[in-house]
Amino acid sequence: MTSTGDGHAQPAGIYGPVEDWANDIDHVDPAYNRRAPEIWAELRAAGCPVAHTDRYGGMWAPLTHELVREVAYDTERFTSRAVVVSTSTILAEAPIGGAPPITSDPPFHQLARRLLLPPFAPKQIEPWEAEVRVLCRQLLDAIGEVVPGETVIDAAVQYAQDIPVVVIARMLGFPLEDSELFRGFVHDALESVNVEPAVREAGFQRLDAYIDGQIADHVTTPRDDLTSYLLDVELDGQKLSPEHVRGSVVLLLIAGIDTTWSAIGSSLWHLAHHPEDRRRLVAEPELMPTAIEEFLRAYAPVTMARLVTKDHDFHGCSMKTDDWVLLPFPAANRDPELFDRADEVVIDRAENRHAAFGLGIHRCLGSNLARLELRVAVEEFLARFPEFELADPDAVVWSTGQIRGPRRLPVRIG
Amino acid sequence: MIVRLDSEKCQGHNRCYALAPELFDVDDLGQALVIGDGSVPLDLEDKARLAEANCPEFAITIDDAAG
Ligand code: HEM
Ligand code: SF4
Repeated sequence: MTSTGDGHAQPAGIYGPVEDWANDIDHVDPAYNRRAPEIWAELRAAGCPVAHTDRYGGMWAPLTHELVREVAYDTERFTSRAVVVSTSTILAEAPIGGAPPITSDPPFHQLARRLLLPPFAPKQIEPWEAEVRVLCRQLLDAIGEVVPGETVIDAAVQYAQDIPVVVIARMLGFPLEDSELFRGFVHDALESVNVEPAVREAGFQRLDAYIDGQIADHVTTPRDDLTSYLLDVELDGQKLSPEHVRGSVVLLLIAGIDTTWSAIGSSLWHLAHHPEDRRRLVAEPELMPTAIEEFLRAYAPVTMARLVTKDHDFHGCSMKTDDWVLLPFPAANRDPELFDRADEVVIDRAENRHAAFGLGIHRCLGSNLARLELRVAVEEFLARFPEFELADPDAVVWSTGQIRGPRRLPVRIG
Repeated sequence: MIVRLDSEKCQGHNRCYALAPELFDVDDLGQALVIGDGSVPLDLEDKARLAEANCPEFAITIDDAAG
């Protein structure tokens, strides 16, 4: 056991497979992302609204929309200082936290967030549509000759994963040829959570060193991009501290990649094995807006986390200071209390109050961009390949950890 | 029919603006606002109901009696 200074005694290395999801839930067990909707349904049927485990020094997972909402809205009892559950969390100084605004609490959160809102408001994001479309077509062109009924492509690796990386690199003004590097950083931050603290720290140091280099370059040569915007913008009449700029750049780089990649991948996965939905969407493109929201609901990729700030009773659960609480927005999105036919994908669902982009003050800042990328990616894929199917359902590999989506998605083009 | 938006609850998911741009606008920060005094013309009542039913934060309310 080692201690990481955040009050948790940590066993090193990886926990074993889960046998009892109600009393020993672990979202990092590969079985979780592979069959999450079934696990939530089983837990609901067993009358378990909040799952628990002693792993990670103690972790809770509320599973209903109402309870997830309650935690998300309660920034007093649940802090965002750490949002990725890990055995090796390094907590940066409050109130800024390591990656403002996602790691910030009120009242600082609002200040940090306001700075980033303008470049991500709908009217600023809409003009990116043409560029995203060109990018999608280039990726499809790069797939090369396709023999219908024979050619198998990996829709996650050859298509979905590249879209958000290139878009955010362009917005930040980073070299496009570094995209492989970015994916490595994302992996270190979001998937390498059961490693020794030193390993996790080394990953973050590589990331910080890279970002510092890019920031220095923007200081010498300012450009019309988000990095220069952050270097220039003022908070209470003062430029941001270097740590703040770096933290926000890190956040924008990390937050938009795995998430959007997963949303695109899950949507294509669904369409690959639901030919009726795929054909309907091709025949009735006006359904695209409701279909996209439905994919976001049913395959919401992002589960966030909070730390408990003080011992308290939460609906009969005795939560202790520094316990983790998962915010499984994807589970909330399948709560039968809020959604009819919650476990069915209904591409023309008109009433869809889903929480894929979170609830409360941390609502995804990139949601307008993410929706744009997802819609254009699905539209362009369907336009190029109206017929495709899973080449081998068992060859689909799901991510592990808090971001859920297919990482290998071999599809045969029809 | 009158449509109302609680700006304390609104977190800028922009579902209302996407579904009923005739009734809602967004400011430079992406926060939504009701256009005009919120009275909904007959032919836009369905859109107003859709916006209400899709707001993740329950920030929109509809007053059927008014207007
Ligand atoms: C489908 C894709 C995406 C999904 C499902 C998603 C989901 C989420 C969720 C659930 C949160 C809330 C976090 C919390 O409550 O702690 C969040 C926050 C955030 N997201 Fe996204 N996201 C996506 C794409 C993006 C993109 C493309 C960007 C930007 C380039 C982005 C930037 C952010 C930022 C900056 C925050 C923090 C906001 C704050 O703390 O105030 N996201 N996202
Ligand atoms: S849908 Fe709701 S939260 Fe989103 S902008 Fe409209 S009122 Fe605000």
